Amino acid sequence: MAEIVLMRNFANADSHTLGAYRGGGGYAAWDKARQMEPAAITEEVKKANLRGLGGAGFPTGAKWSFIPKTHTGPVYLVVNADEGEPGTFKDRYLLERDPHALIEGMLIAARAIRCTKGFVYIRGEYVQPWRRFSAAVQEAYDAGLLGQGFDVVVHRGAGAYICGEETGLLSSLEGKKGWPKIKPPFPAIKGAFGQPTIVNNVETLCCVPPIIARGAEWFAGLGTKTQGGTRMYSVSGRVKKPAVYEAPVSVTLRQLIEMAGGVSGTGRLKAVVPGGGSAAILTAHEIDVTMDVDGLKAAGTMIGSAGVIVMDESVSIPEALMVLARFYAHESCGQCTPCRESTGWIYKMVHRIVERRGHKDDLDTILDVAKRGAGTTICAFYDGAVGPYVSYIEKFRSEFEALIPHA
Amino acid sequence: MSHGQSRDASRISDRTPAGQAGLSDPATTIAFSEAQLGEVRRLQSLYPDARGALLPVLHMAQETFGYISLEAEEYVASLFELSPAHVHEVVTFYTLYFRERPGRHVVAVCHNLSCHLAGAPGIIAHMKRKLGIDPGETTEDGRVTFLTVECLCACEAAPMAQVDDRYELNLTPEKIDRLLEGLR
Repeated sequence: MAEIVLMRNFANADSHTLGAYRGGGGYAAWDKARQMEPAAITEEVKKANLRGLGGAGFPTGAKWSFIPKTHTGPVYLVVNADEGEPGTFKDRYLLERDPHALIEGMLIAARAIRCTKGFVYIRGEYVQPWRRFSAAVQEAYDAGLLGQGFDVVVHRGAGAYICGEETGLLSSLEGKKGWPKIKPPFPAIKGAFGQPTIVNNVETLCCVPPIIARGAEWFAGLGTKTQGGTRMYSVSGRVKKPAVYEAPVSVTLRQLIEMAGGVSGTGRLKAVVPGGGSAAILTAHEIDVTMDVDGLKAAGTMIGSAGVIVMDESVSIPEALMVLARFYAHESCGQCTPCRESTGWIYKMVHRIVERRGHKDDLDTILDVAKRGAGTTICAFYDGAVGPYVSYIEKFRSEFEALIPHA
Repeated sequence: MSHGQSRDASRISDRTPAGQAGLSDPATTIAFSEAQLGEVRRLQSLYPDARGALLPVLHMAQETFGYISLEAEEYVASLFELSPAHVHEVVTFYTLYFRERPGRHVVAVCHNLSCHLAGAPGIIAHMKRKLGIDPGETTEDGRVTFLTVECLCACEAAPMAQVDDRYELNLTPEKIDRLLEGLR
């Protein structure tokens, strides 16, 4: 039986309360970390091979070490709880069922980066998670865990997928529309309100207390050579038991689908989105990949936020792409021309193909437009859209062609 | 763009009941109470730059006034010493701020991929028939604003919708019927 780290407290009905969290050994890692030198905490997280679990998979300890040593002003810790990647729902569970794990992770991270103030940016639609988390923050203040050198501000977003992009999130936190910012400077140098800032995902920070409590070697040993730990896989679509599943990052996609009860619908697998809507699609023959950052990179896609969407043989791939293309057209923030224009144009083309009004050249036009724009924009949003545009068409071209008159 | 399409409250306009427009309605005089102004100052003090509190204060404004009118934008701008144009730019960027009064209840059905695979198109079609309106519109009695929205991240319980503050999961037409009957 694989080790359960992140979801260890979920079965307890009171898991969101301080009493229950402490009863399960909670805040012991913080007691340990407060006796450690900040640099030693960062070193431990580096050795644990913890990689960001929000999407980009960047090594967390390395990110923390980018805060300029000579900086004397404030440093901020910002938690990205703006979960919005299609097919992902893990952070919602953590905020609702183990909010103190996040607070403890923040306390430890804040000590490592010498930060006295943290902001938690929760998507505006997450009303219940926001209430749960805010209540936990209040408990932590009342217990003297917060307010003794580290303060937490809970900030509600207002509905915009792009605010999950870290610099878009910072713009939004500053009271502006959520337009991403050009990097460099990276947030660790110049982030929230112009100060060095570390932006970490909810689940990433929830890994930190167990790392400190049980040691980097234990955590690193749970995963692969280049990524430690377990992570929470959100599995949805055509499976018999859609849910969030925790597994070591070395789990294969095939195993995950089995954990979720196997394929529903026709029972025959057609394709899988392995890492949220923005990940390139995998066919039924490509599911023996390990679900870590590097395993999926090698397979030409990405683990992203680990949102797994399963499609059985009855699913129309062009229709699935149309749904995602509509999403990208809606959520493009409008700042960069290639993204703003292409997402709308490509949606129009995929839409008319699905309605059997496609033009003969549409598929090649989509591929051309998609590939030309890749890498030309300020943030990764458009590249995230290109993944599905290109992979759905290249891997299932005949299905699209069958819908186009005179193709 | 993110402020376009289904959650853009401007699309609600032609179904908004007459007499509810903010400017002419004395019940919605645009001003916070003293206690609320204290809360605004508290929120502003939490951020290194007071402007950081703009989104939270706009949430407050929407809860208080029902939606964010141009007048409310000007009022909020004055509390931050910002130009109304800046506040307008922010309000129009995000989907959760309504620029016209929505119905007494807002039903937002997810139409992204996992919900789509679980039958969201059927749920949306059923809602259209039941309410007699399209997504983006409000029933004539001002009871329900019906929206389609992007992923709300509850894909394990697809198809789903947000009804006011709540997530309603594993929707069926029968469940939709019961839900709508409960909205007064």
